[in-house]
Amino acid sequence: MSTELLDEPELESESKEATWTLNFGPQHPATHTTLRLILELDGERVVKATPDIGYLHSGFEKLGEHLNFNQYVTVVDRKNYISPPMNEVAWHHAVEKLLDIELTPRCAYIRVIISELARMSDHLLCTGAAALDLGAFTAFLFAFNLREQIYDVYEEMSGYRFHPGYTRVGGLLYDMSDRVLDRVHAVLKSFPKVYSDMEKLLFRNRIFLDRVRGVGVLSKADAIAYSCTGPIARASGVTYDLRKDEPYLVYPELDFEVPFTDQGDCWARFIVRMEEMRQSHRILEQALKKLPSGPVDVPIAEKFALPDKLTTYNSMEGLIQHFELIMPNRGPETPHDEVYAAVESPNGELGYYLVADGSQTAWRVRTRPPSFIHFSVFPHIIKDYLLADVVAVLGSLNIIAAELDR
Amino acid sequence: MTTAAISADPHSATLATLARALGDGVYSTSRFRDNLRLFVPPSRLAELLKVLESQCGFNLLSELGATDYLGYPGRTRARFEVHYVLKNLEAPECLVVKCGVDDPDPALPTAVTIWPGADWMEREVFDMFGIRFQGHPDLRRILMPEEFAAYPLRKDYPLRGRGERHNFPRLSRGDS
Repeated sequence: MSTELLDEPELESESKEATWTLNFGPQHPATHTTLRLILELDGERVVKATPDIGYLHSGFEKLGEHLNFNQYVTVVDRKNYISPPMNEVAWHHAVEKLLDIELTPRCAYIRVIISELARMSDHLLCTGAAALDLGAFTAFLFAFNLREQIYDVYEEMSGYRFHPGYTRVGGLLYDMSDRVLDRVHAVLKSFPKVYSDMEKLLFRNRIFLDRVRGVGVLSKADAIAYSCTGPIARASGVTYDLRKDEPYLVYPELDFEVPFTDQGDCWARFIVRMEEMRQSHRILEQALKKLPSGPVDVPIAEKFALPDKLTTYNSMEGLIQHFELIMPNRGPETPHDEVYAAVESPNGELGYYLVADGSQTAWRVRTRPPSFIHFSVFPHIIKDYLLADVVAVLGSLNIIAAELDR
Repeated sequence: MTTAAISADPHSATLATLARALGDGVYSTSRFRDNLRLFVPPSRLAELLKVLESQCGFNLLSELGATDYLGYPGRTRARFEVHYVLKNLEAPECLVVKCGVDDPDPALPTAVTIWPGADWMEREVFDMFGIRFQGHPDLRRILMPEEFAAYPLRKDYPLRGRGERHNFPRLSRGDS
């Protein structure tokens, strides 16, 4: 036996960089929802971050092949669960594009109203939680109080606080009554005070600014190369917004601006979201004023909307259409083709690649998930920042695990 | 065709550039609603994507996904098709590239070298369908556990699975 085995081993840190691995586990208060990061750290500096996802994978895309277009809206709600009406609007936007259905003006305006309420709700949560992760509890509570009022709107309009399941092919579940519109007005009335409270608490707060300024910088070229869209891309200087560049619903008739900046750090993402909330407030005020009267569902001739009870019982066409849509293995034929359609969700571009096979159930529903794509950019922007910055950057990317994993 | 009709087509410049760069017979087009789709065989896919990115200005890879057409009514083409939704942010313009691959061992060249954002999206296609991407830096499962054996989104995989959820190995305290 040689004597080399008895020699003292050379200390690793003297010869090369010694890194240690930290598991930022799936259960952690700062990872908003179950996602896992394997961080290789050199002291406190992140050398490499490897995300490990799939904890919430529930086969939503497989379910889309077994539920019909109106049933699937309940599943779609549960993806980006912070702003469920946005997912519904995105889903039925894709279905209506496939079936070439044009919505009634009232329906289009109501869908804009619920989309913008969802946008406000999502941004309130994202900015509130970003502040909460860094220790600012009061700002979080102010944001959540306003979200409660938005949940009151959802409850009045559909009966559900959280996952309304409000849209249908060619229309909506119910029309929006004046009671719902009153609650929307209440939200709009409370918003300026909440914004100004958050502004006073955070915008000139030295601790908050030190933790988010210059942290997790994403350059404009990287934002485009890594497929980022939405507020994250706009905070890096990419001025693309589907509401303006590929308009849908009644956005061309509404007057609003798209905020952007070119700093690309966590502060930029925070401030872009705050300003987008103000623009949503502006859009909502106009939409409420301009909301036309009239039917909310497309007429029976379009064949895909379920007729209401009076039409069903009092007209032959209504009865036939009700029968065709409710009974299994019947129903009007859908095109044997596929379509991609996207909307501007609070997180970015939310699109569906929908393949239809002639029946009322889709052949393939592929979601373009903004959270999934934004999380893939995380290892790239967290390099060489500190462990404390991991929390700030994760909060600014607004990763929602149900959309991440589906 | 009148000049008004030509200038009304938002994709005319792109199609002209592609025809100049690649010539005929590389891809076929079809339109549906407002989508323009380019169907390309796997051997010419890398070339087409490179031209679209460098010469036609499609700098954003919006979406990368796949579909399994096993049992699709009236299907004559390949079993799997991978779709790439590309966007030109300046124009703005959007088009879809579709590439068909067949069983067994479906494989395509990777798009990661052109758009780094394709990384995770290709991993998910591999995880769900089993389509390999040649040249991908780290092709492993992303949503399912590493040891999962099947490809869940294929049409021959049942909705409720094959009992994987009930067959986890049970370790007692002495084993672990």
